[in-house]
Amino acid sequence: MSRALGPEAPAAPPVEPEHAIDEAGGTTAQHAERASVDTTVFDGVRDRATAIVARYPQPRSALLPLLHLVQHVEGHVSRAGIAFCAEVLEITTAEVSAVATFYTMYKREPVGRHLVSVCTNTLCAALGGDDIYAAVRERLGGIGHEQTSADGTATIEHAECLAACDLAPVLTVDYEFFDKQTVESAVEIIDALQRGEKPHPTRGAPLNDFRSVELLLAGFFDDPAVGGLAAVAGPSAAEESLRGARLAEERGWTAPPVPDEGGSA
Amino acid sequence: MTDPLTPVLTKHWLGPESWTLRNYTELGGYEALRTALATPPDDLVALVKDSGLRGRGGAGFPTGMKWSFIPQAKPGETPTGPAAKPKYLVINADEGEPGTCKDVPLMMADPHSLIEGCIITSWAIRAHFCAIYVRGEVVHVLRRLHAAVREAYDAGHLGKDIHGSGFDLDIVVHAGAGAYICGEETALLDSLEGRRGQPRLKPPFPATAGLYAAPTVVNNVETIATVPSIVNGGKDWFRTMGRERSPGPKIYSLSGHVERPGQYEAPLGTTLRELLDLAGGMKDGIPLKFWTPGGSSTPLLTDEHLDVPLDFEGATEAGSMLGTTALMIFNETVSVPWAVMKWTEFYEHESCGKCTPCREGCYWLAGILRRMVDGEGTEADIDTLLDVCDNILGRSFCALGDGAVSPITSGIKYFRQEFVDLCALNAGQQRHPEVDRIVELSGASA
Repeated sequence: MSRALGPEAPAAPPVEPEHAIDEAGGTTAQHAERASVDTTVFDGVRDRATAIVARYPQPRSALLPLLHLVQHVEGHVSRAGIAFCAEVLEITTAEVSAVATFYTMYKREPVGRHLVSVCTNTLCAALGGDDIYAAVRERLGGIGHEQTSADGTATIEHAECLAACDLAPVLTVDYEFFDKQTVESAVEIIDALQRGEKPHPTRGAPLNDFRSVELLLAGFFDDPAVGGLAAVAGPSAAEESLRGARLAEERGWTAPPVPDEGGSA
Repeated sequence: MTDPLTPVLTKHWLGPESWTLRNYTELGGYEALRTALATPPDDLVALVKDSGLRGRGGAGFPTGMKWSFIPQAKPGETPTGPAAKPKYLVINADEGEPGTCKDVPLMMADPHSLIEGCIITSWAIRAHFCAIYVRGEVVHVLRRLHAAVREAYDAGHLGKDIHGSGFDLDIVVHAGAGAYICGEETALLDSLEGRRGQPRLKPPFPATAGLYAAPTVVNNVETIATVPSIVNGGKDWFRTMGRERSPGPKIYSLSGHVERPGQYEAPLGTTLRELLDLAGGMKDGIPLKFWTPGGSSTPLLTDEHLDVPLDFEGATEAGSMLGTTALMIFNETVSVPWAVMKWTEFYEHESCGKCTPCREGCYWLAGILRRMVDGEGTEADIDTLLDVCDNILGRSFCALGDGAVSPITSGIKYFRQEFVDLCALNAGQQRHPEVDRIVELSGASA
C-alpha cells in the first residue's frame, strides 16, 4: 500500500458534510430530499391521518397507525410514505425511517395482492410448519422470504409465533388465521388465491386483500373496504380454545360460587 | 378442594356471539363496574392487593402493588412531581412469546371482560386514557376489540361522566407492527410513543415515568380481564382457588403432541400430569420428552417434572419459571438441538439490537446451533454455547437476552448427550484439507 497523502499533499477545501444538522432538527440533505418527494398520492387519506393523530394525547403516538395507513395506499412503505408521515407529524424523515425499518410488518418492497405468512417457529415447525413453508414457496415458483410471485398474487414470509399454538401448524393470509394446516390444505389455499378466489379463514372475516387490511390496522375497523361492521362476526373461538370450558361443563366442574356479598363492599 | 377446572374467564367464551355486549351483559357483565364506581379508588387497589392477584404476562408481579406505586395527589394538597401528571393505563396485548396463545382467544371471544377490567383499573389508578397495545398480526382480534370499545361507548361505559360518576375515560385500540420486543413493557411504551420498540433503562420505572414520562400501569390482558371477577367475588373467593402465594384461576395453554390441545382454565398450582389427563394424554401414546411451562423463555423441563405444581413458586423451585403458562409439549420424536436451534433463530430475529450481549450473542448462538444441526459441529461447540450464554444472561438490557439462553442452557442440562451424539456423528469424518492447511500455517497443534 502506497501512502500518497504525505505532508506535501495539498489540503482539500473544507466541505460541509452531508450529515450536518440544520436548525430545523433534520439534516440539510433530508430536508432537501423531503422537499423533492411528491406526497400527493396520499391526498385522499389526509383526513384519515388527522383522525389518527387526534386519538392520542401526543401526536407522535400516531406514527405506527400512520405507517399502516401508508401501506394501505401503496402496499409498502415508500420514500413518499415516509415523507408523508414526517409531514403529518412534523418530524424528520430520518425519525420515520428509523421506525419503519424496525418493524417486520412494514414492508420495504411492494407486497402482492395477498400476504401469506407461515409460522415456522419451533412448535408449528415440529408439527409440519417447515414443510408447509417449503411447499408454499415451491407452489409460487420457488420464491423466498418476503418475495412476491411472478403473477403478483402473493408475497410470502416465514413468520414467528402467531399465538395460535394449540391450532398448529398455522398460516395467515392478510393476517387472518388458517388453523391446523397440512401441506395439501396450504397448497390448496395458494391455488385458490392464484385463481382469484378468496378462501375463507378458519376464524375471522372473509378475505379482502393486504392493502385493505392495512386500513383496519390503521384503526378504521368498520370501513366497507375491510368488510364493514359485518366482518366482526364469525365463530367466537376455535373449538380448541373452548375445550377446557366444555369439559368443565360436561363434568359439572365450576369455580367456587361467588358469595352474595362481594369483597369490595 | 376446588374442581380440577375452574372456568371464570373461559366460561364466557361458550355462548353464541360471545364477543357482543349483549352476551357479556347477560352473563352479569359490567355489574362489577357499577360496584367499582361506588367504591373509593384506594379501596379497589387494596382489594386487588389483598386478593393476591399476580401478573399473568409472565413475571408474576403483584398487581395491586403495581397499582399502589402510582403517585397520587394527597387530599387537600396541591400535587407536585409525578403525582401532578396525568396517569395512564396501558394493556400489553402484544402476545408473541412462542407457545403462548391465551390472550388472543380471550380478546377474540370476550373482549368486554378486558374492557370492563380496563375501566375499573383506570378508576382505581385515576387514569383517563387507556391504550390497548395489540400485536398487529391478529386482525380479527383487532376488529372485535374495536367493535367492543364502540359498544361500550354507546352503552355509556366509556366517555365522559361514566354512569354519572364524574369519571371520564377514553380507550384506544392500538395495533403494533410485528416486534416481539414490544411485549417488554418499556419497549412497548416507546413503541406506543411512535418510536422503535427498544427497552428503556430502569429506573425510573413506568409507575413514575411511563407513557409520555407520566405515571403508567402496564398490565397483561389476562390480568386485567380477571379484575371484574375479583370485584364481584371478593378477595376471599379469589383465594379459594390456587395456592397461598399464587391464588386464582389461570388459563393453561396446551399445545404440541397432546391429544386435545387447547385452553384449560384451572387453579394455579395444577400439574402437567393433571393437565395431560384433562387433555387426553400424549398424542398417539408417544412418550413425553420435554416441555416448557410458560413459553420458550422459560427453561425446558422433562418427564421428571410431571408433578411440579405450576404456579410461580413451583415452577421456580423446579429450575424454570411459570411464564405465560404456555405449555409446549414435545414427544420423543423431536430433537432437542433442533428445537433449541429454532427457538434461538427466533431470538436472533427478535433481538432489538440495542445492547451488544443480546444482539451479537443471539447471532452467534444461532450460527453455532445451525452448524451443529447441519452435522458440522464439534463437542467444543457445546462449551462455546454455554460460554456465550453466560455472557448474555444477566448482562443484557432486558429480559429478552435472559429468555434467549433458557432453551440452550436447559436443553444442554437435561439432554447434553444428544448434543454430544450429534457432534460425534462427524467426529470420524475427514477434516476438510483446507482446515488442515490453516492449522499447519497457524502453528496450532492439530
